Amino acid sequence: MSLLEIEKLSLSIGNTPILRDVELSVAPGEVMGLVGESGSGKSITALTVMQLLPWAARATGRVTFDGIDILAASEDQMCALRGDDIGMVFQEPMTALNPVKTIGEQVAEGIRWHTRASRADAEDHARKMLDRVGLPAAQFPLSRYPHELSGGQRQRVVIAIACALKPKLLIADEPTTALDVVLQAQILDLLRDLVAENRMGLLLISHDLAVVTEMADRITILRHGEVMEAGDTARTLSEQLHPYTRQLAQASMHVPARARTHEVGLDNPLLQGAKPLLQVDSVTRDYPGRRKSLLKRAAPIRAVDDVSFSIDPGQSVALVGRSGCGKSTLARMVLALDGPTSGTIRFRGQVITGKSEAELKPARRDMQVVFQDPYGSFDPRLKVEKLVAEPLHVLEKKPTNAERREMVAKALHEVGLSPRDMDKYPHEFSGGQRQRLSIARAIITRPKLVVADEPVSALDVSIRAQVLDLFAELNQKLGIAYVFITHDLTVARAITDAVMVMHDGKIVERGRTSEVLDHPQSEAAKALVAAAPDLHRAIARRLHEQG
Amino acid sequence: MTAYLLKRLAIALITLVLASMVVFAVLEIIPGDPARLMLGMNASADQVDLLRNQMGLNAPLASRYLHWAGGLLSLDFGRSYTYSVPVIDLVRERVVVSLPLALIALALSTIIAIPVGLFSAGRHGRAGDTIAMGAAQLGVAVPNFWFALMLIYLFAVWLRLVPAGGFPGWSAGVWPALKSLFLPAIALALPQAAILARVTRSALIEVLNEDYIRTARAKGLPYRAVLWRHALRNAMIPVLTILGLQFAFLLAGTIIIENVFYLPGLGRLVFQAITQRDLIVVESVVMLLVAAVIAVNLLVDLSYAVVDPRLRSRQ
Repeated sequence: MSLLEIEKLSLSIGNTPILRDVELSVAPGEVMGLVGESGSGKSITALTVMQLLPWAARATGRVTFDGIDILAASEDQMCALRGDDIGMVFQEPMTALNPVKTIGEQVAEGIRWHTRASRADAEDHARKMLDRVGLPAAQFPLSRYPHELSGGQRQRVVIAIACALKPKLLIADEPTTALDVVLQAQILDLLRDLVAENRMGLLLISHDLAVVTEMADRITILRHGEVMEAGDTARTLSEQLHPYTRQLAQASMHVPARARTHEVGLDNPLLQGAKPLLQVDSVTRDYPGRRKSLLKRAAPIRAVDDVSFSIDPGQSVALVGRSGCGKSTLARMVLALDGPTSGTIRFRGQVITGKSEAELKPARRDMQVVFQDPYGSFDPRLKVEKLVAEPLHVLEKKPTNAERREMVAKALHEVGLSPRDMDKYPHEFSGGQRQRLSIARAIITRPKLVVADEPVSALDVSIRAQVLDLFAELNQKLGIAYVFITHDLTVARAITDAVMVMHDGKIVERGRTSEVLDHPQSEAAKALVAAAPDLHRAIARRLHEQG
Repeated sequence: MTAYLLKRLAIALITLVLASMVVFAVLEIIPGDPARLMLGMNASADQVDLLRNQMGLNAPLASRYLHWAGGLLSLDFGRSYTYSVPVIDLVRERVVVSLPLALIALALSTIIAIPVGLFSAGRHGRAGDTIAMGAAQLGVAVPNFWFALMLIYLFAVWLRLVPAGGFPGWSAGVWPALKSLFLPAIALALPQAAILARVTRSALIEVLNEDYIRTARAKGLPYRAVLWRHALRNAMIPVLTILGLQFAFLLAGTIIIENVFYLPGLGRLVFQAITQRDLIVVESVVMLLVAAVIAVNLLVDLSYAVVDPRLRSRQ
């Protein structure tokens, strides 16, 4: 007998159809994985079960939870179900908690609402729940505010809210997408334990096939609002009968073909070429500590601690580490957007630390950056021609309009877009196309080095594969060196020659990508490798478990 | 928290000192000799000079500023040129009218605006919202003296519930005094409430799109509880900012309403003092208002910290 039964669910918002004949069920104690790319209707399916849809949405079909017809239920009935029998965890932990209420208030609120418990009893219960999700009283009293917690800790609070009343069904919508791999593994473990303890049904929504494979007993694959394939996780993914399933699986394991890799050891300075492109010498960056009172400050925080490395022309290097390890700070200093507290950085032999903007201009021409979020990094009111041409102001001679258009057209062509796209606005492009635009913007000055900060982590798997191919191709064709900042080891494995693992501001391990990822030596690297979801491994383990 | 408080306090004090310099300097620059004005056009140059000496107007600028500023600190504002009474007495008489009027108007405007804002935001884009915001638009557009006239016609002339104007003084009893402030307070409050309701609504609508509102809904709280418990407090910062600005306006910007209702308030005092070149009164009242505005802004800054814990821990 299923706990949640979705039959022939169709839904439209206004005149736009979102879901068509979706079928899905979750049994008590079962983990159902709902996989699909962005816009496939995963979140809308979850919100339909919660009846938290935008008010213009119209749903038809049948959704039954524990014998209750959800689509026909009144708002009062739904309020009684939400937070009591059905809990929900959302994607973005940084914004999921009310900033002006303590975590204690927020966990206790639902308990008081549903059980009419006294404030003291509800707080008692909230305390036990926070202990259960790994936030002990000593460090995390109920009086803490969300801004005093990290992303992973906030997600634990959200899980505590959702599971406080032992719901029969938990819906987790991309619960770990915003977290680094180590935190992701911890949160997934916690969810798995909660499922086992209470025979709770879990509807796990994710775009990440490997995560779902590790977690889910059964899987439903959604595309454009329709179910493509559904069934036992291990069988579905090992047989890959449906072409879309195969496409998704292949895209998530995609490794771009690179004819020529750069076989230079980072660890051995003797092997390095005579003229490194980038040379970082014992760079340290301190941030002033928090002010404790008017006159006292806490000790400064060392974000980057005595880091040295060098990169050869054309080399592709990954800088991996958990969130907060200092990798982005280091990247900002390499790009001369921030100055080190001590140490020097040389780019093509020239010192770039402590230089004025005017003196930096030649260096700026040869280094560019690609950011994580293809949605946020463009001014929506500018045309593509202007956007892609932005870095051209660092050229010595200002190009004429005709020259500029020609350069933009060439850059667009190189990233696989049409020169005709020049006169469009950013909103006319999809996420993957926008990331192509930011790559076009980065390569228009013919840089020698591109720093890419999580360049594919906001993209769907199939688009991610295409963008990784593009990075690889540009590396081969134009000889651009890369620094990839990422916590995703599959990205590092796909397109880099060497890996540097950062932990607490230090580089704790470095070497050839395959060596470091296959045989990690340091604790930090081992933790990253162990926590990284891997589709092959997950399928193999599932099959093994099932015999 | 202490550091935040001290920093805000220091900024307020510095602003006050700078403002006093500006007020003093501006009134030095504008033309018109108070001594000649007091003695009339027929007075001789010697007489004028003598009076100027008596009034201290011939002393160097800096020493006059220090004397004046020192006087302010001990609440000695000097004597009015035209009325020949201590300025502090004039001000005291007026403050007991203007301050209660401003406070009542502010309270009324808040009591009207917050529920209207909540109502509208809760029905964002639907008929109720459109009607409420249409009414608010009207409230912003219609001048308050017109409101005042309509109120007089309705409540004083027609229903005869309250007096049409004048102020009996608090000595006549609290109720009669309050009754005479009732209509002007409504006339002042309605346009302010209209503005405040719009600000409340847009702040709430922004907050209602936040992720934590969805979290609260997923807990099973009904929409109204989410609106009151989670959205309202987060929407308070812009509302408090506008409230602070409105209080400053209500304290001194009410001259038209004071005239319509024939109330002896601060606005009319300043207006008369300006036309009579009674610079010492102008200076004093303006400084008083500046001090009041700075104090209110300080209060608003502190209330931000009460509303938002992030401001308490960040300095």
